[in-house]
Amino acid sequence: MSEITINSTVRHSHKLHPLALRIMHWLNALAMVLMILSGWAIYNDSVIFGWLHFPHWMTIGDGPEGALQWHFAAMWLLMINGLAYLIYGFATGRFRRKLLPISPREVIATVRDALRFRLGHDDITHYNAVQKLLYVGVIAIIIVQVLSGLAIWKPVQLSELASLFGSFQGGRLVHFIGMALIVGFLAVHVALALLVPKTIGAMLTGGPVVDDRDGDTH
Amino acid sequence: MSIKTPSPSIFRPRGGVDQSALQEHKALVEDINRRNLLRGTVSLGALTMLTGCSVTRSDQVQSVLRRISEFNDRVQALIFRPNHLAPTFSEADVVKPPRFNAYYDIEDIVPVDVATWNLELAGQIENKKAWSAQEIYALPEQEWIIRHICVEGWDYIGQWSGVNLRHFLERIGADLKAKYVSFKCADDYYGSIDMATALHPQTILATKYAREPITDPFGFPLRLRTATKLGYKNPKWITAIEVTNEYRGGYWEDRGFNWFAGI
Repeated sequence: MSEITINSTVRHSHKLHPLALRIMHWLNALAMVLMILSGWAIYNDSVIFGWLHFPHWMTIGDGPEGALQWHFAAMWLLMINGLAYLIYGFATGRFRRKLLPISPREVIATVRDALRFRLGHDDITHYNAVQKLLYVGVIAIIIVQVLSGLAIWKPVQLSELASLFGSFQGGRLVHFIGMALIVGFLAVHVALALLVPKTIGAMLTGGPVVDDRDGDTH
Repeated sequence: MSIKTPSPSIFRPRGGVDQSALQEHKALVEDINRRNLLRGTVSLGALTMLTGCSVTRSDQVQSVLRRISEFNDRVQALIFRPNHLAPTFSEADVVKPPRFNAYYDIEDIVPVDVATWNLELAGQIENKKAWSAQEIYALPEQEWIIRHICVEGWDYIGQWSGVNLRHFLERIGADLKAKYVSFKCADDYYGSIDMATALHPQTILATKYAREPITDPFGFPLRLRTATKLGYKNPKWITAIEVTNEYRGGYWEDRGFNWFAGI
Protein backbone atom coordinates (compact mmCIF):
# COMPACT_ATOMS: atom_id res chain seq x y z
CA MET A 1 0.00 0.00 0.00
CA SER A 2 2.72 2.42 1.02
CA GLU A 3 4.45 1.91 -2.31
CA ILE A 4 1.31 2.94 -4.17
CA THR A 5 1.06 6.08 -2.05
CA ILE A 6 4.64 7.02 -2.83
CA ASN A 7 4.08 6.47 -6.54
CA SER A 8 1.04 8.66 -6.46
CA THR A 9 2.97 11.40 -4.66
CA VAL A 10 5.73 11.25 -7.25
CA ARG A 11 3.20 11.59 -10.01
CA HIS A 12 1.70 14.75 -8.52
CA SER A 13 4.78 16.54 -7.34
CA HIS A 14 7.01 18.69 -9.52
CA LYS A 15 9.27 21.64 -9.20
CA LEU A 16 7.74 24.98 -8.20
CA HIS A 17 8.43 26.31 -11.71
CA PRO A 18 8.37 23.44 -14.24
CA LEU A 19 10.84 23.65 -17.14
CA ALA A 20 8.19 24.67 -19.70
CA LEU A 21 7.12 27.55 -17.47
CA ARG A 22 10.69 28.73 -16.93
CA ILE A 23 11.36 28.74 -20.68
CA MET A 24 8.17 30.72 -21.30
CA HIS A 25 9.03 33.17 -18.49
CA TRP A 26 12.47 34.03 -19.91
CA LEU A 27 11.25 34.11 -23.52
CA ASN A 28 8.57 36.53 -22.40
CA ALA A 29 11.17 38.61 -20.57
CA LEU A 30 13.27 38.79 -23.76
CA ALA A 31 10.26 39.60 -25.96
CA MET A 32 9.05 42.28 -23.54
CA VAL A 33 12.43 44.00 -23.33
CA LEU A 34 12.72 43.97 -27.15
CA MET A 35 9.18 45.31 -27.55
CA ILE A 36 9.69 48.07 -24.97
CA LEU A 37 13.09 49.27 -26.19
CA SER A 38 12.11 49.20 -29.88
CA GLY A 39 8.74 50.76 -28.97
CA TRP A 40 10.52 53.70 -27.38
CA ALA A 41 12.41 54.36 -30.62
CA ILE A 42 9.15 54.20 -32.60
CA TYR A 43 7.50 56.55 -30.09
CA ASN A 44 10.35 59.06 -30.47
CA ASP A 45 9.52 59.48 -34.17
CA SER A 46 6.26 61.24 -33.28
CA VAL A 47 5.94 61.79 -29.54
CA ILE A 48 2.62 61.81 -27.67
CA PHE A 49 3.97 64.02 -24.87
CA GLY A 50 6.18 66.94 -25.92
CA TRP A 51 8.25 66.62 -22.74
CA LEU A 52 8.99 62.93 -23.20
CA HIS A 53 11.66 61.63 -25.56
CA PHE A 54 13.50 58.42 -24.81
CA PRO A 55 17.29 58.79 -24.99
CA HIS A 56 18.73 57.07 -28.06
CA TRP A 57 21.01 54.83 -26.00
CA MET A 58 17.96 53.39 -24.23
CA THR A 59 16.40 52.23 -27.50
CA ILE A 60 17.18 49.50 -30.00
CA GLY A 61 16.98 49.50 -33.77
CA ASP A 62 19.27 52.30 -34.95
CA GLY A 63 16.53 54.58 -36.22
CA PRO A 64 12.82 54.07 -36.85
CA GLU A 65 13.13 51.49 -39.66
CA GLY A 66 15.30 49.20 -37.53
CA ALA A 67 13.14 49.74 -34.46
CA LEU A 68 10.02 48.84 -36.47
CA GLN A 69 11.75 45.68 -37.73
CA TRP A 70 12.58 44.67 -34.14
CA HIS A 71 9.08 45.52 -32.92
CA PHE A 72 7.32 43.51 -35.63
CA ALA A 73 9.71 40.58 -35.18
CA ALA A 74 9.53 40.43 -31.38
CA MET A 75 5.72 40.67 -31.55
CA TRP A 76 5.62 37.10 -32.90
CA LEU A 77 7.69 35.84 -29.98
CA LEU A 78 5.52 37.76 -27.52
CA MET A 79 2.23 36.59 -29.03
CA ILE A 80 3.11 32.93 -29.64
CA ASN A 81 4.88 32.52 -26.30
CA GLY A 82 2.11 34.43 -24.51
CA LEU A 83 -0.56 32.25 -26.08
CA ALA A 84 1.36 29.10 -25.08
CA TYR A 85 1.63 30.48 -21.52
CA LEU A 86 -2.12 31.16 -21.29
CA ILE A 87 -2.99 27.70 -22.61
CA TYR A 88 -0.47 26.14 -20.19
CA GLY A 89 -1.75 28.17 -17.23
CA PHE A 90 -5.35 27.18 -17.80
CA ALA A 91 -4.74 23.59 -18.91
CA THR A 92 -2.47 22.64 -15.99
CA GLY A 93 -4.55 24.52 -13.44
CA ARG A 94 -1.52 26.64 -12.48
CA PHE A 95 -3.46 29.92 -12.73
CA ARG A 96 -6.22 28.58 -10.48
CA ARG A 97 -3.73 27.07 -8.01
CA LYS A 98 -1.22 29.88 -7.76
CA LEU A 99 -3.08 33.08 -8.64
CA LEU A 100 -6.59 32.53 -7.24
CA PRO A 101 -8.48 33.40 -5.16
CA ILE A 102 -7.52 37.00 -4.43
CA SER A 103 -9.32 38.38 -1.39
CA PRO A 104 -9.39 42.17 -0.93
CA ARG A 105 -8.95 41.72 2.84
CA GLU A 106 -5.75 39.74 2.28
CA VAL A 107 -4.48 42.37 -0.16
CA ILE A 108 -4.94 45.08 2.49
CA ALA A 109 -3.33 42.91 5.19
CA THR A 110 -0.34 42.16 2.93
CA VAL A 111 0.15 45.83 2.05
CA ARG A 112 0.02 46.67 5.79
CA ASP A 113 2.59 43.98 6.59
CA ALA A 114 4.82 45.14 3.77
CA LEU A 115 4.75 48.74 5.00
CA ARG A 116 5.77 47.52 8.48
CA PHE A 117 8.53 45.37 6.95
CA ARG A 118 6.88 42.29 8.41
CA LEU A 119 6.29 40.48 5.15
CA GLY A 120 7.65 36.94 5.25
CA HIS A 121 9.71 35.66 2.30
CA ASP A 122 10.57 32.23 3.70
CA ASP A 123 8.02 30.39 1.59
CA ILE A 124 8.38 31.27 -2.07
CA THR A 125 6.01 28.50 -3.18
CA HIS A 126 2.94 30.53 -2.26
CA TYR A 127 2.21 33.98 -3.59
CA ASN A 128 0.82 36.58 -1.21
CA ALA A 129 -2.34 38.48 -2.16
CA VAL A 130 -0.46 41.47 -3.58
CA GLN A 131 1.72 39.22 -5.70
CA LYS A 132 -1.37 37.43 -7.03
CA LEU A 133 -2.99 40.77 -7.83
CA LEU A 134 0.12 42.03 -9.63
CA TYR A 135 0.58 38.84 -11.66
CA VAL A 136 -3.08 38.64 -12.71
CA GLY A 137 -2.98 42.39 -13.40
CA VAL A 138 0.11 42.29 -15.58
CA ILE A 139 -1.24 39.32 -17.56
CA ALA A 140 -4.44 41.31 -18.22
CA ILE A 141 -2.42 44.43 -19.17
CA ILE A 142 -0.27 42.44 -21.61
CA ILE A 143 -3.41 41.04 -23.26
CA VAL A 144 -4.81 44.58 -23.65
CA GLN A 145 -1.38 45.70 -24.87
CA VAL A 146 -1.42 43.08 -27.64
CA LEU A 147 -4.96 44.14 -28.60
CA SER A 148 -4.13 47.87 -28.70
CA GLY A 149 -0.97 47.02 -30.64
CA LEU A 150 -2.99 45.07 -33.22
CA ALA A 151 -5.48 47.95 -33.38
CA ILE A 152 -2.84 50.55 -34.27
CA TRP A 153 -0.99 48.15 -36.59
CA LYS A 154 -4.16 47.27 -38.53
CA PRO A 155 -6.74 50.03 -37.90
CA VAL A 156 -8.44 49.23 -41.24
CA GLN A 157 -8.21 45.42 -41.51
CA LEU A 158 -9.13 45.15 -37.81
CA SER A 159 -11.38 48.22 -37.81
CA GLU A 160 -13.88 46.50 -35.49
CA LEU A 161 -11.15 46.00 -32.87
CA ALA A 162 -9.68 49.46 -33.50
CA SER A 163 -13.04 51.13 -32.89
CA LEU A 164 -12.91 49.85 -29.27
CA PHE A 165 -10.05 52.28 -28.67
CA GLY A 166 -11.83 55.28 -30.19
CA SER A 167 -9.57 57.05 -32.63
CA PHE A 168 -6.17 55.95 -33.93
CA GLN A 169 -4.50 58.26 -31.41
CA GLY A 170 -6.72 56.74 -28.71
CA GLY A 171 -5.24 53.33 -29.55
CA ARG A 172 -1.74 54.80 -29.49
CA LEU A 173 -2.38 56.33 -26.06
CA VAL A 174 -3.71 53.03 -24.67
CA HIS A 175 -0.64 51.28 -26.12
CA PHE A 176 1.62 53.86 -24.45
CA ILE A 177 -0.13 53.60 -21.06
CA GLY A 178 0.03 49.79 -21.28
CA MET A 179 3.79 50.09 -21.86
CA ALA A 180 4.13 52.43 -18.85
CA LEU A 181 2.20 50.00 -16.61
CA ILE A 182 4.31 47.05 -17.79
CA VAL A 183 7.52 49.01 -17.18
CA GLY A 184 6.19 49.88 -13.71
CA PHE A 185 5.46 46.21 -13.03
CA LEU A 186 8.92 45.26 -14.30
CA ALA A 187 10.59 47.73 -11.94
CA VAL A 188 8.73 46.34 -8.90
CA HIS A 189 9.08 42.73 -10.06
CA VAL A 190 12.84 42.96 -10.65
CA ALA A 191 13.45 44.96 -7.45
CA LEU A 192 11.59 42.41 -5.32
CA ALA A 193 13.29 39.49 -7.05
CA LEU A 194 16.67 41.06 -6.26
CA LEU A 195 15.59 41.55 -2.62
CA VAL A 196 14.72 37.84 -2.38
CA PRO A 197 17.35 36.32 -4.69
CA LYS A 198 16.19 32.72 -4.18
CA THR A 199 13.15 33.61 -6.33
CA ILE A 200 15.54 34.24 -9.23
CA GLY A 201 17.27 30.94 -8.54
CA ALA A 202 13.89 29.21 -8.57
CA MET A 203 12.99 30.73 -11.94
CA LEU A 204 16.32 29.42 -13.31
CA THR A 205 16.53 25.95 -11.74
CA GLY A 206 12.88 25.25 -10.97
CA GLY A 207 12.99 25.75 -7.19
CA PRO A 208 11.74 23.39 -4.47
CA VAL A 209 9.63 20.36 -5.27
CA VAL A 210 5.98 21.01 -4.51
CA ASP A 211 2.89 18.85 -4.42
CA ASP A 212 -0.06 20.11 -6.38
CA ARG A 213 -2.62 18.60 -4.01
CA ASP A 214 -1.20 20.54 -1.09
CA GLY A 215 -1.36 23.71 -3.05
CA ASP A 216 -4.73 24.88 -1.80
CA THR A 217 -4.36 23.82 1.82
CA HIS A 218 -1.69 26.30 2.88
CA MET B 1 20.91 52.93 -50.81
CA SER B 2 20.98 49.36 -49.60
CA ILE B 3 21.58 46.27 -51.68
CA LYS B 4 18.72 43.83 -51.89
CA THR B 5 19.51 40.24 -51.02
CA PRO B 6 17.59 37.38 -52.63
CA SER B 7 14.74 36.23 -50.43
CA PRO B 8 11.97 33.66 -50.32
CA SER B 9 9.32 36.38 -50.40
CA ILE B 10 6.51 35.76 -52.85
CA PHE B 11 6.86 39.41 -53.82
CA ARG B 12 10.34 38.83 -55.17
CA PRO B 13 10.98 37.79 -58.77
CA ARG B 14 11.32 34.09 -59.29
CA GLY B 15 13.26 31.98 -61.72
CA GLY B 16 16.16 34.43 -62.16
CA VAL B 17 18.73 31.92 -60.92
CA ASP B 18 19.98 28.91 -62.87
CA GLN B 19 18.73 26.14 -60.59
CA SER B 20 20.72 23.33 -62.27
CA ALA B 21 24.03 24.67 -61.01
CA LEU B 22 22.58 24.78 -57.54
CA GLN B 23 21.43 21.15 -57.80
CA GLU B 24 24.84 19.95 -59.00
CA HIS B 25 26.64 21.48 -56.04
CA LYS B 26 23.90 20.94 -53.50
CA ALA B 27 26.12 19.14 -50.99
CA LEU B 28 28.80 21.83 -51.20
CA VAL B 29 26.28 24.62 -50.85
CA GLU B 30 24.74 22.96 -47.81
CA ASP B 31 28.16 22.49 -46.27
CA ILE B 32 29.03 26.14 -46.79
CA ASN B 33 25.66 27.22 -45.40
CA ARG B 34 26.20 25.07 -42.33
CA ARG B 35 29.63 26.57 -41.75
CA ASN B 36 28.31 30.10 -42.20
CA LEU B 37 25.44 29.38 -39.87
CA LEU B 38 27.84 28.09 -37.22
CA ARG B 39 30.14 31.06 -37.66
CA GLY B 40 27.12 33.37 -37.56
CA THR B 41 25.82 31.84 -34.36
CA VAL B 42 29.20 32.03 -32.67
CA SER B 43 29.85 35.63 -33.66
CA LEU B 44 26.30 36.63 -32.75
CA GLY B 45 26.76 35.10 -29.31
CA ALA B 46 30.11 36.85 -28.90
CA LEU B 47 28.62 40.18 -29.96
CA THR B 48 25.76 39.83 -27.52
CA MET B 49 28.16 39.24 -24.64
CA LEU B 50 30.78 41.80 -25.58
CA THR B 51 28.86 44.82 -26.76
CA GLY B 52 25.15 45.00 -26.19
CA CYS B 53 24.69 47.66 -28.84
CA SER B 54 26.64 46.17 -31.72
CA VAL B 55 24.20 43.30 -31.91
CA THR B 56 21.64 45.56 -33.58
CA ARG B 57 24.14 46.42 -36.32
CA SER B 58 25.45 42.98 -37.10
CA ASP B 59 24.74 41.71 -40.59
CA GLN B 60 23.28 38.41 -39.44
CA VAL B 61 20.72 40.13 -37.25
CA GLN B 62 19.90 42.59 -40.05
CA SER B 63 19.32 39.72 -42.44
CA VAL B 64 17.05 37.86 -39.99
CA LEU B 65 15.05 41.03 -39.29
CA ARG B 66 14.64 41.70 -43.00
CA ARG B 67 13.44 38.17 -43.55
CA ILE B 68 10.86 38.50 -40.78
CA SER B 69 9.74 41.80 -42.36
CA GLU B 70 9.23 39.91 -45.64
CA PHE B 71 7.34 37.20 -43.76
CA ASN B 72 5.18 40.00 -42.36
CA ASP B 73 4.53 41.16 -45.95
CA ARG B 74 3.03 37.74 -46.66
CA VAL B 75 0.99 37.69 -43.44
CA GLN B 76 -0.42 41.13 -44.26
CA ALA B 77 -1.34 40.05 -47.80
CA LEU B 78 -3.09 37.04 -46.27
CA ILE B 79 -5.20 39.05 -43.81
CA PHE B 80 -5.97 41.80 -46.35
CA ARG B 81 -9.75 42.10 -46.83
CA PRO B 82 -10.17 43.19 -50.49
CA ASN B 83 -13.67 44.60 -50.06
CA HIS B 84 -13.51 45.76 -46.45
CA LEU B 85 -13.80 49.55 -46.43
CA ALA B 86 -11.69 51.76 -44.20
CA PRO B 87 -13.71 53.99 -41.86
CA THR B 88 -14.86 57.19 -43.59
CA PHE B 89 -15.49 60.56 -41.99
CA SER B 90 -17.54 63.71 -42.46
CA GLU B 91 -16.38 66.87 -44.22
CA ALA B 92 -16.29 68.63 -40.85
CA ASP B 93 -13.36 66.36 -39.82
CA VAL B 94 -11.20 67.25 -42.83
CA VAL B 95 -7.88 68.94 -42.05
CA LYS B 96 -6.99 71.77 -44.47
CA PRO B 97 -4.41 71.91 -45.85
CA PRO B 98 -3.27 68.27 -45.56
CA ARG B 99 -0.14 67.52 -43.60
CA PHE B 100 3.06 67.68 -45.66
CA ASN B 101 5.57 64.87 -45.70
CA ALA B 102 8.35 63.84 -48.05
CA TYR B 103 11.97 62.75 -47.77
CA TYR B 104 12.95 66.46 -47.86
CA ASP B 105 11.59 69.73 -46.47
CA ILE B 106 8.63 71.60 -47.91
CA GLU B 107 10.94 74.47 -49.04
CA ASP B 108 12.70 72.06 -51.42
CA ILE B 109 9.58 71.18 -53.41
CA VAL B 110 10.06 71.45 -57.16
CA PRO B 111 6.60 72.15 -58.64
CA VAL B 112 5.60 70.03 -61.62
CA ASP B 113 4.93 71.98 -64.84
CA VAL B 114 1.51 70.70 -65.84
CA ALA B 115 1.94 71.86 -69.48
CA THR B 116 4.81 69.44 -70.09
CA TRP B 117 3.80 66.78 -67.55
CA ASN B 118 2.32 63.52 -68.68
CA LEU B 119 1.66 60.14 -67.17
CA GLU B 120 3.64 57.36 -68.80
CA LEU B 121 2.47 53.77 -68.73
CA ALA B 122 4.65 50.67 -68.84
CA GLY B 123 4.60 46.92 -68.29
CA GLN B 124 1.63 44.61 -68.68
CA ILE B 125 -0.75 47.20 -70.10
CA GLU B 126 -2.54 46.95 -73.48
CA ASN B 127 -2.82 50.67 -74.20
CA LYS B 128 0.39 52.39 -73.14
CA LYS B 129 -0.49 55.78 -74.59
CA ALA B 130 0.71 58.53 -72.24
CA TRP B 131 -1.93 60.66 -70.50
CA SER B 132 -1.96 64.44 -70.24
CA ALA B 133 -3.20 66.16 -67.08
CA GLN B 134 -6.26 67.37 -68.97
CA GLU B 135 -7.17 63.80 -69.96
CA ILE B 136 -6.67 62.53 -66.41
CA TYR B 137 -8.79 65.33 -64.97
CA ALA B 138 -11.60 64.47 -67.39
CA LEU B 139 -11.95 60.94 -65.98
CA PRO B 140 -14.88 60.11 -63.67
CA GLU B 141 -14.06 61.05 -60.10
CA GLN B 142 -14.84 59.53 -56.76
CA GLU B 143 -14.26 61.02 -53.34
CA TRP B 144 -13.10 59.46 -50.07
CA ILE B 145 -12.80 61.14 -46.70
CA ILE B 146 -10.32 58.83 -45.02
CA ARG B 147 -7.65 58.74 -42.36
CA HIS B 148 -4.03 59.16 -43.40
CA ILE B 149 -1.68 57.35 -41.00
CA CYS B 150 2.04 57.96 -41.09
CA VAL B 151 4.46 55.24 -39.97
CA GLU B 152 5.81 57.83 -37.52
CA GLY B 153 2.54 57.76 -35.60
CA TRP B 154 0.66 60.91 -36.60
CA ASP B 155 -2.59 60.96 -38.57
CA TYR B 156 -5.19 63.29 -40.05
CA ILE B 157 -8.47 63.08 -41.94
CA GLY B 158 -8.23 64.01 -45.62
CA GLN B 159 -10.77 64.47 -48.39
CA TRP B 160 -9.40 63.09 -51.63
CA SER B 161 -10.92 62.71 -55.07
CA GLY B 162 -9.81 61.37 -58.40
CA VAL B 163 -10.21 58.38 -60.66
CA ASN B 164 -10.54 55.00 -58.98
CA LEU B 165 -7.33 53.08 -59.67
CA ARG B 166 -9.14 49.85 -60.54
CA HIS B 167 -11.28 51.77 -63.01
CA PHE B 168 -8.18 53.36 -64.54
CA LEU B 169 -6.31 50.03 -64.74
CA GLU B 170 -9.30 48.41 -66.46
CA ARG B 171 -9.57 51.34 -68.86
CA ILE B 172 -5.93 51.06 -70.00
CA GLY B 173 -6.19 47.28 -70.32
CA ALA B 174 -3.81 46.45 -67.48
CA ASP B 175 -3.22 42.82 -66.56
CA LEU B 176 -5.13 42.71 -63.26
CA LYS B 177 -3.51 39.36 -62.47
CA ALA B 178 -0.03 40.89 -62.35
CA LYS B 179 1.52 41.08 -58.89
CA TYR B 180 2.43 44.73 -58.56
CA VAL B 181 1.59 48.25 -59.61
CA SER B 182 4.67 50.43 -59.32
CA PHE B 183 5.07 54.20 -59.47
CA LYS B 184 7.78 56.66 -60.44
CA CYS B 185 7.65 60.24 -59.28
CA ALA B 186 8.95 63.63 -60.43
CA ASP B 187 11.07 63.95 -57.26
CA ASP B 188 12.79 60.57 -57.83
CA TYR B 189 10.62 58.96 -55.17
CA TYR B 190 9.38 55.54 -56.21
CA GLY B 191 7.17 52.85 -54.77
CA SER B 192 5.10 49.79 -55.49
CA ILE B 193 1.93 48.20 -54.13
CA ASP B 194 0.34 44.76 -54.40
CA MET B 195 -2.42 44.30 -56.99
CA ALA B 196 -5.05 43.51 -54.32
CA THR B 197 -4.52 46.95 -52.79
CA ALA B 198 -4.47 48.58 -56.25
CA LEU B 199 -7.91 47.08 -56.89
CA HIS B 200 -9.36 48.07 -53.48
CA PRO B 201 -12.44 50.34 -53.80
CA GLN B 202 -10.72 53.09 -51.77
CA THR B 203 -7.56 53.30 -53.85
CA ILE B 204 -7.59 56.30 -56.19
CA LEU B 205 -5.29 58.38 -58.35
CA ALA B 206 -6.03 61.61 -56.53
CA THR B 207 -6.21 64.94 -58.34
CA LYS B 208 -8.17 66.97 -55.78
CA TYR B 209 -8.10 67.69 -52.07
CA ALA B 210 -11.20 69.12 -50.43
CA ARG B 211 -12.69 69.48 -53.95
CA GLU B 212 -9.84 71.77 -55.12
CA PRO B 213 -6.92 70.69 -57.31
CA ILE B 214 -4.10 69.28 -55.17
CA THR B 215 -1.47 71.94 -54.50
CA ASP B 216 2.24 71.54 -55.25
CA PRO B 217 3.44 70.26 -51.85
CA PHE B 218 0.85 67.50 -51.83
CA GLY B 219 1.54 65.93 -55.21
CA PHE B 220 0.12 68.11 -58.01
CA PRO B 221 -0.95 67.03 -60.56
CA LEU B 222 -1.34 63.35 -59.64
CA ARG B 223 -0.75 61.23 -56.56
CA LEU B 224 -1.86 57.91 -55.17
CA ARG B 225 -4.22 57.79 -52.23
CA THR B 226 -5.06 54.42 -50.73
CA ALA B 227 -7.06 53.99 -47.52
CA THR B 228 -5.44 50.67 -46.63
CA LYS B 229 -1.76 51.57 -46.40
CA LEU B 230 0.59 53.81 -44.45
CA GLY B 231 1.42 57.27 -45.80
CA TYR B 232 4.70 56.38 -47.49
CA LYS B 233 2.83 53.96 -49.79
CA ASN B 234 1.08 56.95 -51.42
CA PRO B 235 3.54 58.38 -53.96
CA LYS B 236 3.07 62.02 -54.99
CA TRP B 237 3.89 63.80 -58.29
CA ILE B 238 3.48 60.49 -60.16
CA THR B 239 5.06 60.47 -63.64
CA ALA B 240 4.87 56.77 -64.56
CA ILE B 241 2.81 53.71 -63.67
CA GLU B 242 4.00 50.19 -64.39
CA VAL B 243 2.03 46.96 -64.05
CA THR B 244 4.51 44.18 -63.43
CA ASN B 245 5.38 40.86 -61.82
CA GLU B 246 8.83 42.17 -60.86
CA TYR B 247 9.36 43.38 -57.31
CA ARG B 248 10.27 47.09 -57.50
CA GLY B 249 10.56 47.91 -53.80
CA GLY B 250 10.27 51.54 -52.87
CA TYR B 251 12.21 54.54 -51.60
CA TRP B 252 11.64 53.85 -47.88
CA GLU B 253 11.23 50.10 -48.30
CA ASP B 254 14.74 49.81 -49.77
CA ARG B 255 15.95 51.57 -46.60
CA GLY B 256 14.40 48.96 -44.30
CA PHE B 257 10.77 49.99 -43.91
CA ASN B 258 8.18 47.27 -44.35
CA TRP B 259 7.05 46.86 -47.98
CA PHE B 260 3.40 45.84 -47.57
CA ALA B 261 2.80 48.51 -44.91
CA GLY B 262 -0.92 47.75 -44.73
CA ILE B 263 -3.11 49.31 -42.07
